[in-house]
Amino acid sequence: MSDYRVLPGPEHFLPPAAASMGIRLPNPGEAHINGVIVSEEKAYEEAAKQFLMAKVPTLFPGPLVLWAWNENAAKKATAIRHLYNTLKECVQPGQKPMLIPMPDYRPKYPKINPEVEINPNHPNLTIWHNKIDCCMFIGVHCHQANLSLKIIRGGTSCYTIAMCAQAGHEDAMLSFRDASVEKIMKLADWVRKLKGTVQPRLTSAKSGASN
Amino acid sequence: MSKERIKISEDLYDIMPSDYQDLVKSATYGKEDRGWKDIGTSKELIEQHSLCAGCPESMAFRYILASLPNPEDTVMVGSTGCTSLVFPMVAVHNIHSLFGNQNAIASGLKRALSVRFPDRTKDVVVLAGDGATVDIGLDMTLQAWFRQEKFTTICFDNELYANTGGQESGLMQKGFVAKMAPVGKLFDKVRLPEIARESGCHYVVQCTVSKPSVIEKVIRNAVFVAREIGPTYLQLYTPCILEIGKNSMEGLQEMRDSEKPTERFAYKEYVSEPAKQLLAEIAAKDKERKAAAKQLAGQA
Repeated sequence: MSDYRVLPGPEHFLPPAAASMGIRLPNPGEAHINGVIVSEEKAYEEAAKQFLMAKVPTLFPGPLVLWAWNENAAKKATAIRHLYNTLKECVQPGQKPMLIPMPDYRPKYPKINPEVEINPNHPNLTIWHNKIDCCMFIGVHCHQANLSLKIIRGGTSCYTIAMCAQAGHEDAMLSFRDASVEKIMKLADWVRKLKGTVQPRLTSAKSGASN
Repeated sequence: MSKERIKISEDLYDIMPSDYQDLVKSATYGKEDRGWKDIGTSKELIEQHSLCAGCPESMAFRYILASLPNPEDTVMVGSTGCTSLVFPMVAVHNIHSLFGNQNAIASGLKRALSVRFPDRTKDVVVLAGDGATVDIGLDMTLQAWFRQEKFTTICFDNELYANTGGQESGLMQKGFVAKMAPVGKLFDKVRLPEIARESGCHYVVQCTVSKPSVIEKVIRNAVFVAREIGPTYLQLYTPCILEIGKNSMEGLQEMRDSEKPTERFAYKEYVSEPAKQLLAEIAAKDKERKAAAKQLAGQA
Protein backbone atom coordinates (compact mmCIF):
# COMPACT_ATOMS: atom_id res chain seq x y z
CA MET A 1 0.00 0.00 0.00
CA SER A 2 1.17 3.52 -0.77
CA ASP A 3 2.54 5.77 1.98
CA TYR A 4 0.96 8.77 0.27
CA ARG A 5 -2.01 10.30 2.11
CA VAL A 6 -4.69 12.49 0.56
CA LEU A 7 -4.73 15.37 3.02
CA PRO A 8 -6.13 18.90 3.02
CA GLY A 9 -3.84 21.26 1.07
CA PRO A 10 -2.64 23.58 -0.12
CA GLU A 11 -0.45 20.84 -1.50
CA HIS A 12 1.18 22.80 -4.27
CA PHE A 13 0.42 24.31 -7.63
CA LEU A 14 0.04 21.01 -9.45
CA PRO A 15 -0.84 18.32 -6.91
CA PRO A 16 -0.29 14.80 -8.20
CA ALA A 17 -3.33 12.70 -9.05
CA ALA A 18 -3.75 10.51 -5.98
CA ALA A 19 -4.08 7.47 -8.26
CA SER A 20 -0.58 8.13 -9.59
CA MET A 21 0.66 8.06 -5.99
CA GLY A 22 -0.72 4.57 -5.46
CA ILE A 23 -4.07 5.40 -3.88
CA ARG A 24 -6.70 2.88 -4.94
CA LEU A 25 -10.46 3.05 -4.97
CA PRO A 26 -12.67 1.25 -2.44
CA ASN A 27 -14.60 -1.90 -3.30
CA PRO A 28 -18.39 -1.99 -2.91
CA GLY A 29 -19.30 -1.59 0.77
CA GLU A 30 -16.07 0.27 1.47
CA ALA A 31 -14.93 3.89 1.41
CA HIS A 32 -11.59 5.62 1.81
CA ILE A 33 -10.34 8.20 4.26
CA ASN A 34 -7.17 10.04 3.24
CA GLY A 35 -6.50 7.23 0.79
CA VAL A 36 -6.80 4.41 3.33
CA ILE A 37 -9.61 1.92 2.63
CA VAL A 38 -12.11 1.76 5.50
CA SER A 39 -15.58 0.37 6.09
CA GLU A 40 -18.47 2.51 4.93
CA GLU A 41 -19.67 2.88 8.55
CA LYS A 42 -16.38 4.44 9.59
CA ALA A 43 -16.58 6.84 6.65
CA TYR A 44 -20.09 7.99 7.64
CA GLU A 45 -18.82 8.77 11.12
CA GLU A 46 -15.75 10.61 9.88
CA ALA A 47 -17.72 12.61 7.28
CA ALA A 48 -20.28 13.64 9.89
CA LYS A 49 -17.45 14.67 12.25
CA GLN A 50 -15.78 16.75 9.57
CA PHE A 51 -19.07 18.52 8.80
CA LEU A 52 -19.71 19.26 12.47
CA MET A 53 -16.15 20.48 13.02
CA ALA A 54 -16.15 22.83 10.04
CA LYS A 55 -16.86 26.54 10.18
CA VAL A 56 -18.53 26.47 6.78
CA PRO A 57 -19.59 22.91 5.92
CA THR A 58 -20.85 23.00 2.36
CA LEU A 59 -22.66 20.72 -0.05
CA PHE A 60 -21.90 21.10 -3.75
CA PRO A 61 -24.66 19.38 -5.75
CA GLY A 62 -23.77 18.94 -9.42
CA PRO A 63 -25.80 18.65 -12.63
CA LEU A 64 -26.68 14.99 -12.07
CA VAL A 65 -28.91 15.96 -9.14
CA LEU A 66 -29.71 19.61 -9.86
CA TRP A 67 -31.50 18.67 -13.06
CA ALA A 68 -34.45 16.31 -12.74
CA TRP A 69 -33.40 14.22 -15.70
CA ASN A 70 -34.94 11.13 -14.14
CA GLU A 71 -36.96 10.21 -11.07
CA ASN A 72 -33.96 9.10 -9.03
CA ALA A 73 -32.19 12.41 -9.61
CA ALA A 74 -35.15 14.27 -8.13
CA LYS A 75 -35.18 11.90 -5.14
CA LYS A 76 -31.48 12.47 -4.56
CA ALA A 77 -32.11 16.21 -4.67
CA THR A 78 -34.70 15.78 -1.92
CA ALA A 79 -32.21 13.77 0.14
CA ILE A 80 -29.55 16.45 -0.32
CA ARG A 81 -31.94 19.12 0.88
CA HIS A 82 -32.66 16.91 3.90
CA LEU A 83 -28.92 16.56 4.64
CA TYR A 84 -28.49 20.33 4.37
CA ASN A 85 -31.43 20.97 6.70
CA THR A 86 -30.01 18.45 9.16
CA LEU A 87 -26.64 20.20 9.07
CA LYS A 88 -28.33 23.52 9.78
CA GLU A 89 -30.13 22.02 12.76
CA CYS A 90 -27.05 20.30 14.18
CA VAL A 91 -24.32 22.95 13.94
CA GLN A 92 -23.50 25.39 16.70
CA PRO A 93 -23.75 29.18 16.57
CA GLY A 94 -20.90 30.53 14.45
CA GLN A 95 -20.98 27.64 12.02
CA LYS A 96 -22.55 28.37 8.65
CA PRO A 97 -23.63 25.44 6.46
CA MET A 98 -24.00 26.25 2.78
CA LEU A 99 -25.60 24.64 -0.25
CA ILE A 100 -23.97 25.90 -3.43
CA PRO A 101 -24.80 24.46 -6.86
CA MET A 102 -22.52 23.46 -9.71
CA PRO A 103 -25.16 23.80 -12.48
CA ASP A 104 -22.86 22.86 -15.37
CA TYR A 105 -19.23 22.68 -16.36
CA ARG A 106 -18.87 25.67 -18.68
CA PRO A 107 -15.74 27.66 -17.89
CA LYS A 108 -17.94 30.76 -17.83
CA TYR A 109 -15.32 33.34 -18.54
CA PRO A 110 -14.86 36.16 -17.71
CA LYS A 111 -16.26 35.44 -14.25
CA ILE A 112 -18.62 33.48 -12.05
CA ASN A 113 -20.39 34.72 -8.96
CA PRO A 114 -18.77 32.70 -6.15
CA GLU A 115 -21.60 33.55 -3.79
CA VAL A 116 -24.15 31.64 -5.81
CA GLU A 117 -22.30 28.91 -7.66
CA ILE A 118 -19.14 26.84 -7.98
CA ASN A 119 -17.42 26.10 -11.25
CA PRO A 120 -15.31 22.97 -11.71
CA ASN A 121 -12.66 24.86 -13.64
CA HIS A 122 -11.90 27.24 -10.77
CA PRO A 123 -13.58 25.82 -7.66
CA ASN A 124 -11.01 27.52 -5.45
CA LEU A 125 -12.72 30.89 -6.09
CA THR A 126 -15.95 29.79 -4.41
CA ILE A 127 -14.06 28.10 -1.58
CA TRP A 128 -11.87 31.12 -0.91
CA HIS A 129 -14.72 33.59 -1.16
CA ASN A 130 -16.98 31.77 1.29
CA LYS A 131 -14.12 30.50 3.49
CA ILE A 132 -15.37 26.95 3.06
CA ASP A 133 -13.34 24.47 5.10
CA CYS A 134 -15.27 21.27 4.43
CA CYS A 135 -17.25 20.37 1.33
CA MET A 136 -18.98 17.44 -0.27
CA PHE A 137 -19.35 16.86 -3.99
CA ILE A 138 -22.47 15.01 -5.03
CA GLY A 139 -23.96 14.55 -8.49
CA VAL A 140 -20.86 15.80 -10.29
CA HIS A 141 -19.65 13.77 -13.27
CA CYS A 142 -16.46 11.94 -12.27
CA HIS A 143 -14.04 13.59 -14.68
CA GLN A 144 -15.12 17.07 -13.56
CA ALA A 145 -15.06 16.03 -9.89
CA ASN A 146 -11.49 14.74 -10.26
CA LEU A 147 -10.41 18.00 -11.85
CA SER A 148 -12.06 20.09 -9.12
CA LEU A 149 -10.87 17.96 -6.23
CA LYS A 150 -7.29 18.29 -7.42
CA ILE A 151 -7.57 22.05 -7.82
CA ILE A 152 -9.06 22.34 -4.33
CA ARG A 153 -6.34 20.16 -2.84
CA GLY A 154 -3.71 22.17 -4.67
CA GLY A 155 -4.81 25.65 -3.68
CA THR A 156 -6.93 25.52 -0.54
CA SER A 157 -7.00 23.85 2.86
CA CYS A 158 -10.59 22.67 2.42
CA TYR A 159 -11.45 19.10 3.47
CA THR A 160 -13.12 17.36 0.52
CA ILE A 161 -15.69 14.58 0.60
CA ALA A 162 -17.01 12.82 -2.50
CA MET A 163 -20.39 11.11 -2.52
CA CYS A 164 -19.77 9.38 -5.84
CA ALA A 165 -22.41 7.38 -7.69
CA GLN A 166 -19.71 5.33 -9.39
CA ALA A 167 -16.46 3.93 -7.96
CA GLY A 168 -15.35 6.84 -5.75
CA HIS A 169 -12.60 9.44 -5.98
CA GLU A 170 -8.98 9.03 -4.94
CA ASP A 171 -8.50 12.78 -5.01
CA ALA A 172 -11.03 13.47 -2.24
CA MET A 173 -9.94 13.22 1.37
CA LEU A 174 -12.91 11.00 2.01
CA SER A 175 -14.87 9.17 -0.63
CA PHE A 176 -18.00 7.06 -0.67
CA ARG A 177 -18.96 5.04 -3.72
CA ASP A 178 -22.29 3.91 -5.22
CA ALA A 179 -24.10 6.96 -3.84
CA SER A 180 -27.83 6.50 -3.36
CA VAL A 181 -30.72 8.22 -1.65
CA GLU A 182 -30.30 5.82 1.29
CA LYS A 183 -26.62 6.67 1.70
CA ILE A 184 -27.29 10.40 1.73
CA MET A 185 -30.04 9.90 4.32
CA LYS A 186 -27.73 7.71 6.39
CA LEU A 187 -25.09 10.42 6.41
CA ALA A 188 -27.75 12.85 7.64
CA ASP A 189 -28.59 10.36 10.40
CA TRP A 190 -24.91 10.25 11.42
CA VAL A 191 -24.77 14.04 11.55
CA ARG A 192 -27.78 14.04 13.86
CA LYS A 193 -26.28 11.23 15.94
CA LEU A 194 -23.03 13.14 16.52
CA LYS A 195 -24.74 16.46 17.20
CA GLY A 196 -23.18 18.11 20.26
CA THR A 197 -20.35 15.58 20.54
CA VAL A 198 -17.92 17.30 18.20
CA GLN A 199 -16.06 20.51 19.00
CA PRO A 200 -16.23 22.92 16.05
CA ARG A 201 -12.94 24.58 15.15
CA LEU A 202 -14.40 28.06 15.34
CA THR A 203 -11.25 29.61 16.70
CA SER A 204 -8.90 27.68 14.49
CA ALA A 205 -6.72 29.70 12.14
CA LYS A 206 -7.28 27.05 9.49
CA SER A 207 -9.78 28.20 6.94
CA GLY A 208 -10.66 27.62 3.34
CA ALA A 209 -8.24 30.31 2.27
CA SER A 210 -4.93 29.20 0.86
CA ASN A 211 -2.81 31.58 2.90
CA MET B 1 -37.94 17.70 -28.34
CA SER B 2 -39.15 20.09 -25.73
CA LYS B 3 -38.46 21.67 -22.39
CA GLU B 4 -39.65 18.49 -20.69
CA ARG B 5 -36.09 17.24 -20.57
CA ILE B 6 -34.79 20.48 -19.08
CA LYS B 7 -36.25 20.63 -15.59
CA ILE B 8 -34.61 21.65 -12.35
CA SER B 9 -35.04 19.34 -9.33
CA GLU B 10 -37.78 20.91 -7.26
CA ASP B 11 -35.93 20.65 -3.95
CA LEU B 12 -32.89 22.47 -5.28
CA TYR B 13 -34.68 25.01 -7.49
CA ASP B 14 -34.14 27.92 -5.11
CA ILE B 15 -30.34 27.60 -5.09
CA MET B 16 -29.99 27.56 -8.87
CA PRO B 17 -28.55 30.83 -10.25
CA SER B 18 -31.25 32.94 -11.87
CA ASP B 19 -29.73 32.47 -15.34
CA TYR B 20 -30.66 28.79 -15.22
CA GLN B 21 -34.10 29.42 -13.79
CA ASP B 22 -34.72 31.86 -16.64
CA LEU B 23 -33.53 29.33 -19.20
CA VAL B 24 -36.12 26.87 -17.96
CA LYS B 25 -38.88 29.44 -17.59
CA SER B 26 -38.58 31.50 -20.75
CA ALA B 27 -36.04 30.15 -23.23
CA THR B 28 -37.43 28.99 -26.55
CA TYR B 29 -36.37 25.34 -26.46
CA GLY B 30 -39.04 23.28 -28.18
CA LYS B 31 -40.76 26.25 -29.80
CA GLU B 32 -41.46 25.27 -33.38
CA ASP B 33 -41.24 28.71 -34.99
CA ARG B 34 -38.49 30.18 -32.82
CA GLY B 35 -36.51 32.91 -34.51
CA TRP B 36 -34.78 36.25 -34.22
CA LYS B 37 -38.00 37.96 -33.09
CA ASP B 38 -37.73 36.10 -29.77
CA ILE B 39 -34.66 38.21 -28.96
CA GLY B 40 -35.63 40.63 -26.23
CA THR B 41 -38.77 38.77 -25.19
CA SER B 42 -37.37 35.35 -24.30
CA LYS B 43 -34.29 34.18 -22.48
CA GLU B 44 -31.55 34.03 -25.09
CA LEU B 45 -29.24 31.04 -25.37
CA ILE B 46 -26.35 33.48 -25.16
CA GLU B 47 -26.63 36.21 -22.60
CA GLN B 48 -23.14 37.60 -22.28
CA HIS B 49 -19.87 37.19 -24.12
CA SER B 50 -16.26 38.21 -23.94
CA LEU B 51 -15.95 39.61 -27.44
CA CYS B 52 -15.00 43.22 -28.14
CA ALA B 53 -17.69 45.89 -27.75
CA GLY B 54 -19.70 46.16 -30.96
CA CYS B 55 -18.26 42.99 -32.51
CA PRO B 56 -20.51 41.83 -35.38
CA GLU B 57 -19.65 38.26 -34.42
CA SER B 58 -21.68 38.71 -31.23
CA MET B 59 -24.69 39.78 -33.35
CA ALA B 60 -24.18 36.74 -35.53
CA PHE B 61 -24.08 34.47 -32.49
CA ARG B 62 -27.34 35.89 -31.16
CA TYR B 63 -29.15 35.53 -34.48
CA ILE B 64 -27.85 32.02 -35.08
CA LEU B 65 -28.74 30.79 -31.59
CA ALA B 66 -32.18 32.34 -31.86
CA SER B 67 -32.72 30.65 -35.24
CA LEU B 68 -31.53 27.07 -34.67
CA PRO B 69 -34.69 25.02 -35.23
CA ASN B 70 -33.84 22.39 -32.63
CA PRO B 71 -31.42 23.82 -30.03
CA GLU B 72 -32.07 21.20 -27.33
CA ASP B 73 -30.98 18.48 -29.77
CA THR B 74 -28.21 20.40 -31.49
CA VAL B 75 -24.50 20.02 -30.87
CA MET B 76 -22.26 22.81 -32.09
CA VAL B 77 -18.62 22.21 -32.90
CA GLY B 78 -16.31 25.18 -32.55
CA SER B 79 -12.67 25.77 -33.28
CA THR B 80 -9.86 28.01 -32.13
CA GLY B 81 -10.53 31.70 -32.63
CA CYS B 82 -12.74 34.45 -31.29
CA THR B 83 -15.72 32.07 -31.38
CA SER B 84 -14.06 29.82 -28.82
CA LEU B 85 -14.30 32.67 -26.31
CA VAL B 86 -18.07 32.69 -26.73
CA PHE B 87 -18.96 29.00 -26.63
CA PRO B 88 -18.55 28.69 -22.85
CA MET B 89 -21.41 31.18 -22.50
CA VAL B 90 -23.77 29.37 -24.84
CA ALA B 91 -26.66 27.21 -23.60
CA VAL B 92 -26.40 24.69 -26.43
CA HIS B 93 -24.24 21.56 -26.27
CA ASN B 94 -20.91 22.33 -27.85
CA ILE B 95 -17.49 20.83 -28.42
CA HIS B 96 -14.25 22.70 -28.89
CA SER B 97 -12.10 20.95 -31.47
CA LEU B 98 -8.44 21.38 -32.23
CA PHE B 99 -7.69 24.16 -34.69
CA GLY B 100 -8.95 23.04 -38.09
CA ASN B 101 -10.34 19.67 -36.97
CA GLN B 102 -13.92 20.88 -36.60
CA ASN B 103 -15.41 19.17 -39.65
CA ALA B 104 -13.69 15.87 -38.86
CA ILE B 105 -15.02 16.00 -35.28
CA ALA B 106 -18.48 16.87 -36.54
CA SER B 107 -18.44 13.96 -39.00
CA GLY B 108 -17.79 11.44 -36.25
CA LEU B 109 -20.20 13.16 -33.90
CA LYS B 110 -23.06 13.17 -36.39
CA ARG B 111 -22.56 9.49 -37.18
CA ALA B 112 -22.33 8.56 -33.51
CA LEU B 113 -25.48 10.51 -32.67
CA SER B 114 -27.35 8.75 -35.49
CA VAL B 115 -26.39 5.38 -34.03
CA ARG B 116 -27.00 6.34 -30.40
CA PHE B 117 -30.30 8.16 -30.98
CA PRO B 118 -31.86 6.55 -34.07
CA ASP B 119 -35.34 7.83 -33.18
CA ARG B 120 -34.43 11.39 -32.40
CA THR B 121 -33.42 14.22 -34.73
CA LYS B 122 -29.96 15.42 -33.76
CA ASP B 123 -28.43 18.36 -35.60
CA VAL B 124 -24.73 19.11 -35.76
CA VAL B 125 -23.56 22.60 -36.63
CA VAL B 126 -19.93 23.58 -37.11
CA LEU B 127 -19.10 27.19 -36.40
CA ALA B 128 -15.54 28.30 -37.02
CA GLY B 129 -13.58 31.24 -38.30
CA ASP B 130 -12.04 31.62 -41.74
CA GLY B 131 -8.61 30.49 -40.52
CA ALA B 132 -10.00 27.22 -39.24
CA THR B 133 -12.33 26.65 -42.19
CA VAL B 134 -10.29 27.75 -45.18
CA ASP B 135 -6.62 27.62 -44.17
CA ILE B 136 -5.70 25.25 -41.38
CA GLY B 137 -8.81 23.08 -41.65
CA LEU B 138 -9.46 23.15 -45.40
CA ASP B 139 -8.63 19.46 -45.75
CA MET B 140 -11.16 18.48 -43.08
CA THR B 141 -13.73 20.93 -44.44
CA LEU B 142 -13.53 19.58 -47.99
CA GLN B 143 -13.32 15.92 -47.05
CA ALA B 144 -16.49 16.22 -44.98
CA TRP B 145 -18.27 17.70 -47.99
CA PHE B 146 -16.90 15.06 -50.38
CA ARG B 147 -18.20 12.37 -48.02
CA GLN B 148 -21.64 14.05 -47.97
CA GLU B 149 -21.65 14.31 -44.17
CA LYS B 150 -25.01 15.55 -42.99
CA PHE B 151 -24.20 18.66 -41.01
CA THR B 152 -23.99 22.41 -41.48
CA THR B 153 -20.70 24.29 -41.66
CA ILE B 154 -20.81 27.99 -40.78
CA CYS B 155 -17.76 30.12 -41.41
CA PHE B 156 -17.50 33.46 -39.64
CA ASP B 157 -15.50 35.28 -42.27
CA ASN B 158 -13.65 38.27 -40.85
CA GLU B 159 -11.03 38.06 -43.58
CA LEU B 160 -8.02 37.61 -41.30
CA TYR B 161 -6.73 36.01 -38.11
CA ALA B 162 -8.25 38.49 -35.71
CA ASN B 163 -7.51 37.34 -32.21
CA THR B 164 -3.81 36.80 -32.88
CA GLY B 165 -3.26 40.31 -34.14
CA GLY B 166 -4.24 40.36 -37.83
CA GLN B 167 -2.40 37.83 -39.97
CA GLU B 168 -3.33 37.12 -43.58
CA SER B 169 -5.94 34.44 -44.20
CA GLY B 170 -7.13 32.75 -47.38
CA LEU B 171 -10.38 34.70 -47.23
CA MET B 172 -8.65 38.08 -46.95
CA GLN B 173 -9.33 40.30 -49.95
CA LYS B 174 -6.52 40.93 -52.42
CA GLY B 175 -4.33 43.91 -51.59
CA PHE B 176 -5.50 44.26 -47.98
CA VAL B 177 -2.79 45.31 -45.56
CA ALA B 178 -3.19 44.01 -42.01
CA LYS B 179 -1.18 44.71 -38.89
CA MET B 180 0.74 41.46 -39.21
CA ALA B 181 0.62 41.30 -43.01
CA PRO B 182 2.32 44.53 -44.04
CA VAL B 183 3.07 43.57 -47.66
CA GLY B 184 -0.61 43.20 -48.52
CA LYS B 185 -2.45 40.15 -49.80
CA LEU B 186 -1.01 39.10 -53.14
CA PHE B 187 -3.76 36.80 -54.39
CA ASP B 188 -7.54 36.78 -54.53
CA LYS B 189 -9.94 35.86 -51.79
CA VAL B 190 -10.52 32.10 -51.91
CA ARG B 191 -13.92 31.46 -53.49
CA LEU B 192 -15.10 28.98 -50.93
CA PRO B 193 -18.84 29.21 -51.70
CA GLU B 194 -18.12 28.06 -55.24
CA ILE B 195 -15.75 25.39 -53.98
CA ALA B 196 -18.47 24.25 -51.54
CA ARG B 197 -20.98 23.93 -54.36
CA GLU B 198 -18.55 21.91 -56.47
CA SER B 199 -17.60 19.78 -53.47
CA GLY B 200 -21.15 18.58 -52.96
CA CYS B 201 -22.79 21.07 -50.60
CA HIS B 202 -26.52 21.16 -51.22
CA TYR B 203 -27.18 24.59 -49.78
CA VAL B 204 -24.58 27.35 -49.87
CA VAL B 205 -25.06 30.98 -48.87
CA GLN B 206 -22.69 33.87 -48.59
CA CYS B 207 -24.00 36.99 -46.86
CA THR B 208 -23.37 39.43 -44.05
CA VAL B 209 -25.14 39.38 -40.68
CA SER B 210 -26.68 42.82 -41.09
CA LYS B 211 -30.23 41.43 -41.44
CA PRO B 212 -31.47 39.07 -38.73
CA SER B 213 -34.38 37.85 -40.85
CA VAL B 214 -31.96 36.71 -43.55
CA ILE B 215 -29.80 34.90 -41.01
CA GLU B 216 -32.86 33.18 -39.58
CA LYS B 217 -33.92 31.98 -43.01
CA VAL B 218 -30.52 30.69 -44.09
CA ILE B 219 -29.79 28.98 -40.77
CA ARG B 220 -33.09 27.13 -40.80
CA ASN B 221 -32.70 26.16 -44.44
CA ALA B 222 -29.12 24.99 -43.92
CA VAL B 223 -30.02 22.86 -40.90
CA PHE B 224 -33.08 21.31 -42.58
CA VAL B 225 -31.17 20.47 -45.75
CA ALA B 226 -28.23 19.04 -43.80
CA ARG B 227 -30.61 16.94 -41.73
CA GLU B 228 -32.28 15.30 -44.73
CA ILE B 229 -29.97 15.57 -47.73
CA GLY B 230 -26.31 16.40 -47.20
CA PRO B 231 -23.70 19.00 -46.29
CA THR B 232 -24.53 22.71 -46.25
CA TYR B 233 -22.29 25.75 -45.99
CA LEU B 234 -22.85 29.33 -44.82
CA GLN B 235 -20.20 32.01 -45.12
CA LEU B 236 -21.14 34.99 -42.98
CA TYR B 237 -19.23 38.24 -43.06
CA THR B 238 -18.50 39.28 -39.48
CA PRO B 239 -15.88 42.03 -39.86
CA CYS B 240 -13.30 42.48 -37.14
CA ILE B 241 -13.80 46.14 -36.42
CA LEU B 242 -10.50 46.41 -34.57
CA GLU B 243 -8.43 44.96 -37.38
CA ILE B 244 -10.00 47.08 -40.12
CA GLY B 245 -9.74 50.29 -38.13
CA LYS B 246 -13.41 50.86 -37.32
CA ASN B 247 -15.13 51.98 -34.16
CA SER B 248 -17.51 49.88 -32.08
CA MET B 249 -20.64 51.33 -33.65
CA GLU B 250 -19.43 50.99 -37.25
CA GLY B 251 -19.67 47.22 -37.66
CA LEU B 252 -23.22 47.26 -38.98
CA GLN B 253 -22.47 49.93 -41.58
CA GLU B 254 -19.38 48.05 -42.69
CA MET B 255 -21.56 44.99 -43.37
CA ARG B 256 -24.18 47.05 -45.21
CA ASP B 257 -21.49 48.61 -47.38
CA SER B 258 -20.01 45.21 -48.16
CA GLU B 259 -23.26 43.52 -49.18
CA LYS B 260 -24.15 45.87 -52.03
CA PRO B 261 -24.67 44.04 -55.33
CA THR B 262 -21.26 44.94 -56.68
CA GLU B 263 -19.38 44.24 -53.47
CA ARG B 264 -17.63 41.05 -52.35
CA PHE B 265 -20.36 40.06 -49.86
CA ALA B 266 -23.35 40.47 -52.15
CA TYR B 267 -25.91 37.81 -51.23
CA LYS B 268 -25.04 34.59 -53.01
CA GLU B 269 -27.01 31.35 -52.82
CA TYR B 270 -26.66 27.91 -54.43
CA VAL B 271 -29.33 25.29 -53.82
CA SER B 272 -29.21 21.78 -55.27
CA GLU B 273 -32.31 20.32 -56.90
CA PRO B 274 -33.13 17.90 -54.04
CA ALA B 275 -32.65 20.76 -51.56
CA LYS B 276 -34.95 23.02 -53.58
CA GLN B 277 -37.63 20.35 -53.45
CA LEU B 278 -37.21 19.84 -49.71
CA LEU B 279 -37.31 23.56 -48.95
CA ALA B 280 -40.44 23.94 -51.07
CA GLU B 281 -42.12 21.13 -49.10
CA ILE B 282 -41.11 22.72 -45.79
CA ALA B 283 -42.36 26.13 -46.93
CA ALA B 284 -45.71 24.61 -47.95
CA LYS B 285 -46.08 22.88 -44.58
CA ASP B 286 -45.17 26.10 -42.75
CA LYS B 287 -47.75 28.01 -44.73
CA GLU B 288 -50.38 25.40 -43.93
CA ARG B 289 -49.50 25.43 -40.23
CA LYS B 290 -49.60 29.23 -40.02
CA ALA B 291 -52.95 29.34 -41.83
CA ALA B 292 -54.38 26.79 -39.42
CA ALA B 293 -53.05 28.75 -36.43
CA LYS B 294 -54.53 31.95 -37.82
CA GLN B 295 -57.87 30.28 -38.33
CA LEU B 296 -57.78 28.90 -34.79
CA ALA B 297 -56.93 32.35 -33.40
CA GLY B 298 -59.82 33.81 -35.42
CA GLN B 299 -62.24 31.29 -33.94
CA ALA B 300 -61.03 32.02 -30.42
